[in-house]
Amino acid sequence: MARVLVGVKRVIDYAVKIRVKPDKKGVVTDGVKHSMNPFDEIAVEEAVRMKEKKLASEIIAVSCGPPQSQEVLRTALAMGVDKGIHVEVSGSDYDTLQPIHVSKILAKIAQQEKVDLIIVGKQAIDDDSNQTAQMTAAVLDWPQATFASKVEKDDKGLTVTREIDGGLETIKCKIPAVISADLRLNEPRYATLPNIMKAKKKPITKITPKDLGVDVSPRIKILSVEDPPVRQAGVILPDVDTLVTKLKEGGHIP
Amino acid sequence: MLSRYSRQFAAQLSNQLKRLQSTLVIAEHNNETLSPITQNAISAAQKLGGEITVLVVGTKCGPAVEKLTKAKGVQRVLVAESDTFKGFLAETVAPLILASQKQFNFTHILAGATAFSKAVLPRVAAKLDVSPVTDVIGIKSADTFVRSIYAGNAIQTLTANDAIKVLTVRGTSFEPSNLEGGSAASEKAPEGDYTSDLTSFVGQELSKSDRPELTSANVVVSGGRGLKSGDNFKLLYDLADKLKAAVGASRAAVDAGYVPNDMQVGQTGKIVAPDLYIAVGISGAIQHLAGMKDSKTIVAINKDPEAPIFQVSDYGLVADLFKVVPELTGKL
Repeated sequence: MARVLVGVKRVIDYAVKIRVKPDKKGVVTDGVKHSMNPFDEIAVEEAVRMKEKKLASEIIAVSCGPPQSQEVLRTALAMGVDKGIHVEVSGSDYDTLQPIHVSKILAKIAQQEKVDLIIVGKQAIDDDSNQTAQMTAAVLDWPQATFASKVEKDDKGLTVTREIDGGLETIKCKIPAVISADLRLNEPRYATLPNIMKAKKKPITKITPKDLGVDVSPRIKILSVEDPPVRQAGVILPDVDTLVTKLKEGGHIP
Repeated sequence: MLSRYSRQFAAQLSNQLKRLQSTLVIAEHNNETLSPITQNAISAAQKLGGEITVLVVGTKCGPAVEKLTKAKGVQRVLVAESDTFKGFLAETVAPLILASQKQFNFTHILAGATAFSKAVLPRVAAKLDVSPVTDVIGIKSADTFVRSIYAGNAIQTLTANDAIKVLTVRGTSFEPSNLEGGSAASEKAPEGDYTSDLTSFVGQELSKSDRPELTSANVVVSGGRGLKSGDNFKLLYDLADKLKAAVGASRAAVDAGYVPNDMQVGQTGKIVAPDLYIAVGISGAIQHLAGMKDSKTIVAINKDPEAPIFQVSDYGLVADLFKVVPELTGKL
């Protein structure tokens, strides 16, 4: 049975309308609702289903970030994860923490914990990078099954259906492997109140990147964060004929 | 005299520096035809200055190589044709890119942001120990890039400190480059054993369509939950055929099973920026707007006057789509 590591990121809730800071250094995060990155919920759900099917023995969740990251670890524990590891990164280090750093951290923990599978979301909805799974696989020299919409595990390895631009493709890969979860992989469960209570008793270990020997010095300098250009307000048209006229005027139709 | 000399020297130096820039563009193709996004990637590479090399990897590279050797601004085409690259797996393509990098010492490695390059380039970057930059929408200089974050709700400008820049660029943000007027030499990519037993390709199930490809279409007609069923998408196909448009969908329509997921437009689907985008029965969630709000003209058809889509649309029709879409199709 496989030991599974899942990566979970605390991000601004997907339904929040974000605001750019007046000094253009970033977006306002204080006092804003945060939750688990939606793709990571899918990753956790997949790991828990593997355990329910007796394909996985233990699930470990890792989150890198400020102390509040423990909240998303608790959520993962309430969904069925066995234990959490919080890799504390705060302040300016967290502002420039990137997938390259996180992938090295995940790779180190994967080796220490002797895991067979790493499952992460395909991208975080804050930085929209879509890099961590691929980079973790590279660091470990493991195969990668990115943008997975179906994962089947047997003794020999994994059969994974991937979402690609023109449709779907199927690959087989050896274990150990890194999987990145796409939206269609599953429907994550809600944590029930009894499970939330139980999760409070599950262990969360706190470590730092330094403990793992991972250098988190910045690879980028953020020059500015600004609002996107605002679209001019449009008009509501009374009927189809007016729309056809407007499309003709715009040169969209002959 | 001295100042003239130093000015000359500075000009020479800057020319030399420019020559020192060199970009490897990873071509995208399906062994039959070159993907249009490769042209957008070449035009992004031109903004960086310096020499441009294009790498074509696959089981059959001929058609793509033929086009790329004539592409304007391309100096060299590297070709790696082998059955090893069946399925364009990251585990085989990444080592080839690394071998090419080792031989030619590119300052930039770049590709259009697609499912293929998003899988491969971060793997390459990690091996080079550099931090990649995803989905670049603007190039300010050789090390300063613009990208969108938070589903397109903020625009970040960053300087990448790493010596080698690994970039994926958003196709819709760069004009397609000209595939004529150039004469590049094609040569074999560095030879090596790129086979990998980590992963094997089993097969593909591609959605077949006679309509234009979604990400490069001039007109896109998209449907959402308001369509109520997959069968009703026929209304949109009819309209799309009249407009020679591609058909897209919101996440709601994909999740409800009306259409396959490769039609999804949004933060987690495809990003499009056509001349005309017609959103039918789509409310306009943040996630969907991220994929289409750079369209030149947006038309929204929705019966809910409060739908957020009307805040970004140029022309809105508050009406029942089942009545007005057939009417519109009939009048075109």
